[in-house]
Amino acid sequence: MKHLEDELLALRDEVLNMWDLVYSQLEKAKSALLENNKELAYEVISREKRVNAFELMIDSDCENYIALYSPVAIDLRLVLSLLKINSMLERIGDFAEGIARFAIDTNNPRYENLIKDIQVEKLFDAVLEMLQDARTALENEDTKDAGRLFSQDDMVDDLYKQSLVKIAEFIKENPDCALDCIYLAILDRKLERIGDYCNNIVEEIVFYIDAKVMKHCGLKK
Amino acid sequence: MIKLEAKGVDFYYSDFHALKNINMQIESNTVVAFIGPSGCGKSTFLRLFNRMNDLIDGTRLRGQCLVDGKDIYDKNVYVDELRTKVGMVFQKPNPFPKSIYENVAYGLRVNGVKDEKLIAQRIEESLRSAALWDEVKDKLKKSAFELSGGQQQRLCIARALAISPSVLLMDEPASALDPISTAKIEELIYSLKKNYTIVIVTHNMQQAARVSDKTGFFLLGELIEYNDTKKIFLNPDKEATQNYITGRFG
Repeated sequence: MKHLEDELLALRDEVLNMWDLVYSQLEKAKSALLENNKELAYEVISREKRVNAFELMIDSDCENYIALYSPVAIDLRLVLSLLKINSMLERIGDFAEGIARFAIDTNNPRYENLIKDIQVEKLFDAVLEMLQDARTALENEDTKDAGRLFSQDDMVDDLYKQSLVKIAEFIKENPDCALDCIYLAILDRKLERIGDYCNNIVEEIVFYIDAKVMKHCGLKK
Repeated sequence: MIKLEAKGVDFYYSDFHALKNINMQIESNTVVAFIGPSGCGKSTFLRLFNRMNDLIDGTRLRGQCLVDGKDIYDKNVYVDELRTKVGMVFQKPNPFPKSIYENVAYGLRVNGVKDEKLIAQRIEESLRSAALWDEVKDKLKKSAFELSGGQQQRLCIARALAISPSVLLMDEPASALDPISTAKIEELIYSLKKNYTIVIVTHNMQQAARVSDKTGFFLLGELIEYNDTKKIFLNPDKEATQNYITGRFG
C-alpha cells in the first residue's frame, strides 16, 4: 500500500537526517579539538540535545509503525534496523559531545604534539568516512561496500592500539602528565568505539537489505 | 511423518485451470496456512483434501492427493469414510437446526454409533476440545442458533472433532468473527495441533503468522512459495511473496 511505503520512507529519512546531524557533530568535535576552537566545542554540546530529541522521535515513530502497520519481511527488517541504528547514532552523538568537553578542558601545549603523534586526526577521518559510507549504504540500499567498511574498522582498531603504546611511552617520559594522558586515551577509545558502532550499523543495513545476520559470525573479513 | 501430500496436482473448473502443478507435503501435527489473493486457488486446493470439489459439475483433477500415503481419489476410497478422517470447518458457522447436543452427536449417529453413553462422552470431549464446554454445558438441549457467531463456529469445530478425524481443514474459520472470538479460535487451533493436522486458509496475514508452522503462498493457481512461517514473514525467498505480504502486491 502506497501510504505504508510513504510512512516507511519518511521514517528512513528521519534517521538519515539524524545521521547528518551526528556526522556534523563529530566533524565539529574534531575541529574543536584539533584547532583548539572552544566556541565550536560549546556548539557541539548545545546541539547534543537535538540528537537526543531525534532519538526519542524516531523511537516513538518506529513503535507506532510496528503497532499500527504490523510490518513483515523487508519492512519489518527495515524498522528493526532503524531502531537499532537510531540508538547507535545517539551513542555516537554522545561521544562527539564527550570529545567537545575534552576540547574545552584541554590546555596543555605538550598535549598538541602528542595528539599529532598518536594520529588522532587520522582516526577522526577514518571514523567520519565510515559514518558517511554507512549512510550512503542505507540511502542507496546497497551493501556491496560492506566488506570495505568492516576492514576500515580493523584499521581504526590498529591505530587505536598503536596510540595506546605511544601514550604509555609518553607517560613514562612525562609522569606529571599521566592524568591528562589518561583522558587522551579515553578520547582515543571513544573514536575506536565510534568505529565499532559504524561497523554494527553496517551489520544492521546488511540485515535489512540482504536478510543476513553478520553479528558475531567472524566472517566479515 | 507426512500426513497430507499433493503430487503434480492440476485442477480445472471446466476450461479454467485453477491449480497448476501443485506439489506439497504437510507433516502430521502441524498447522499449515494458505495465503494468497482471492481466486488464487487456495480454497480449491484445501477442498481437494476431503473431496468437496466432487460436488461441482465440470471439475477435473490431474495428479494425486494423498492422506496417510493413500490416494484419496482412488476408486476404492469411500468419500464418507474419508470425511471421518478429514474434517472441515467453513468460513461462516453452519450449525444444523438442532440442539447443541444433537449438532455434535450428528456425525456419530450417521456413522452408526448408537451407544448413548458413548455419544454423551464424545460430545463432552469434543466440546471441551473446542473450548466451548464451559459455556454450553448447562444448555446442551437449547438450539444451536441461540449461540453467538463465535460460539457457533466453535460448535462446528466440536462437530468436526466428534468423529475423531486426524486432519482439520479450515476455510477462513475466523473471517466472520469479532476479535475476541477470533482469538479463541486461534488459541483453539494452537491447542488442537497436539492431536490433529490442521490446514487453514486465511486472508489475515497476521493470523497466518500467529497460528501456523508453515505457510504456502498461492498466486494465480500456482504455489509460489511453501516454507516455515517464520521464514516467509521475515525473509521470503520469492519477490512475489514479499510483495503480497507487505501489501505491495498489484
